[in-house]
Amino acid sequence: MIEALLTEVWQALVVNRLRTFLTMLGMMIGVGAVVMMVAIGEGVQDSINEMISSMGSNLLVVLSGSATSSGGMKMGMGATPTLTKADAEAVTELPQVVAVSPLVYGTAQIVYGSNNWSTMVVGVTPSYFDIRDWPVEEGTIFTDADIRSATRVALIGKTVAKSLFGDEDPVGKIIRIKQNPYFVVGLLSAKGQSLDGRDNDDAIFVPVTTAQLKLFGTKFKGTIRLFIVQANSVEALTELISPITELLRERHHLSINVENDFNVQNLTALANVAVKAAKLLSLMLGAIASISLVVGGIGIMNIMLVSVTERTREIGIRASIGALRRDILLQFLLEAVVISLVGCMIGVVIGIGGAFLVNKISGLNVIISLQSVLLAFLVAGGVGIFFGYYPARKAAYLKPIDALRYQ
Amino acid sequence: MAASFIELKDLSKSYLSRAGNQEVLTDLNLSINEGEFVALMGPSGSGKSTLMNIIGCLDLPTSGIYLLNGTDVGSLDYDEQAILRNNTIGFIFQGFNLLPRATLEKNVMLPLVYARVGKEERHDRARVLLEKVGLGNRLLAMPNEISGGEQQRVAIARALANNPKLILADEPTGNLDSGSGRVIMDIFTELNKEGITIFLVTHELNIASYAKRQIKLLDGKIVQDEATKGANQ
Repeated sequence: MIEALLTEVWQALVVNRLRTFLTMLGMMIGVGAVVMMVAIGEGVQDSINEMISSMGSNLLVVLSGSATSSGGMKMGMGATPTLTKADAEAVTELPQVVAVSPLVYGTAQIVYGSNNWSTMVVGVTPSYFDIRDWPVEEGTIFTDADIRSATRVALIGKTVAKSLFGDEDPVGKIIRIKQNPYFVVGLLSAKGQSLDGRDNDDAIFVPVTTAQLKLFGTKFKGTIRLFIVQANSVEALTELISPITELLRERHHLSINVENDFNVQNLTALANVAVKAAKLLSLMLGAIASISLVVGGIGIMNIMLVSVTERTREIGIRASIGALRRDILLQFLLEAVVISLVGCMIGVVIGIGGAFLVNKISGLNVIISLQSVLLAFLVAGGVGIFFGYYPARKAAYLKPIDALRYQ
Repeated sequence: MAASFIELKDLSKSYLSRAGNQEVLTDLNLSINEGEFVALMGPSGSGKSTLMNIIGCLDLPTSGIYLLNGTDVGSLDYDEQAILRNNTIGFIFQGFNLLPRATLEKNVMLPLVYARVGKEERHDRARVLLEKVGLGNRLLAMPNEISGGEQQRVAIARALANNPKLILADEPTGNLDSGSGRVIMDIFTELNKEGITIFLVTHELNIASYAKRQIKLLDGKIVQDEATKGANQ
């Protein structure tokens, strides 16, 4: 029964090739759009998740600045160096703090042999690499002894190593930063993109003291741009903000009516906002694409209604021969479902192709999950049944005698 | 005595139209036994098509009772009527009413599909039936590739698919030349000899003369009902 019905359905669709194709086109575009948009949305979410885990977990950032200069001009965060390395060390003593690393950074020209590369040079302490969970690929991380004596040693990122050394092994070589020789003690493993789209691996790390004293001589001795604090849990992040603020106000001798000359930011909370935004984005992309699926479904309903009217006489013949109501219903319903499912199949291929094209052209990360494809099929089948039911029911409820007389 | 095969009791049919309530059939009483060969005659508008549709379970009377093989057709729902049409009645129409997009074999198999007959048996039965009407070598031809007379023979093969007890033919030769018409009528005579009840609607005298009983209808009433020699003698 069902296989005889399916051959008939297939024949009816093949006879009206062009019409069937145009009806399917609606489903193809709808499913293609959904699959592609979901792939892009999930890709964005995945990229963000990766960036967040590359950032390190449970982080607070304390930026210097927000001070009012003598002229009454407000400066941006980090513009005025108000924090010192000693501030960072004091915060280390607070409960729930796992590690702290001060940061001093600037841009400098790096030279090795005949190659040169302009990049970010960052002064940190060894704990920085623990906080960011960033191991070396080769060599070692500089030590607290290097911090104390401000030695000229450097850890270099993957991108820098590639530009300066090519295939050569950078560990143990001497590079020049601002004319002075530095000994490369280690090569960091690849880290990828950061949340703001910068390349994490395009940087060189030196002891914080070296950066302060020998590279970026600051107006006030011992100042730093910022320091990062790692807490022992996510909950501790919010709990830590006020003790840190109090401690720093006290150390900076700020009276009650004076604004903070620093700023504490919860990086993990910011990251979570980004995750939420990405989720919302992919939901919205999917929702907008779904509208085209509904439009495709309406196209199917339209064509099925035309088909039922055109084939009224055929329905009458079938009824006179003894077709049950459900036989006729099923025949027209199957036509609608076959149109939507075949359209869906082609649409999935188009969607996957489109997603890869987007990846090729824009470099945006895309992820095609089996779930989204299965969901597309489920929805397409549902659309076929939903929009095919009314025309099919109309066919099944024609009176045999009226259908036979139809010219 | 058991009821006749076809039994109409005080059967009326009226349609609601712009001109008001039009009575097409008025208080008809008719009995036809199994194995009869009946020709229903009458001018256009006399109600013969309406009567045939009611006997064929395609339409229901406004009042009165129609018993087919002892079953009150008026009490059946859509699907029960469909099953009755499927296994008891074979229809032959003036315009053949084959499915244009299906092969001859598929057309003949269709009633078997709705009777839930298995695939292999469907093919076998269709082949046998098409051979019986002389088209055994055209199984995969399409209806538009054969002549009108051949199409009507395919329609007969389709009507016979489920071994019906009753063949209803509405002007079966109306679209055919006299030669093809004779072939069709000979087949009906043959089928009647095998015991199938034939109910023929026609306005052509020489076609009606194949029947063994002629009923004349005028303005929805039976005005003449007589036995004849039959077989176009």
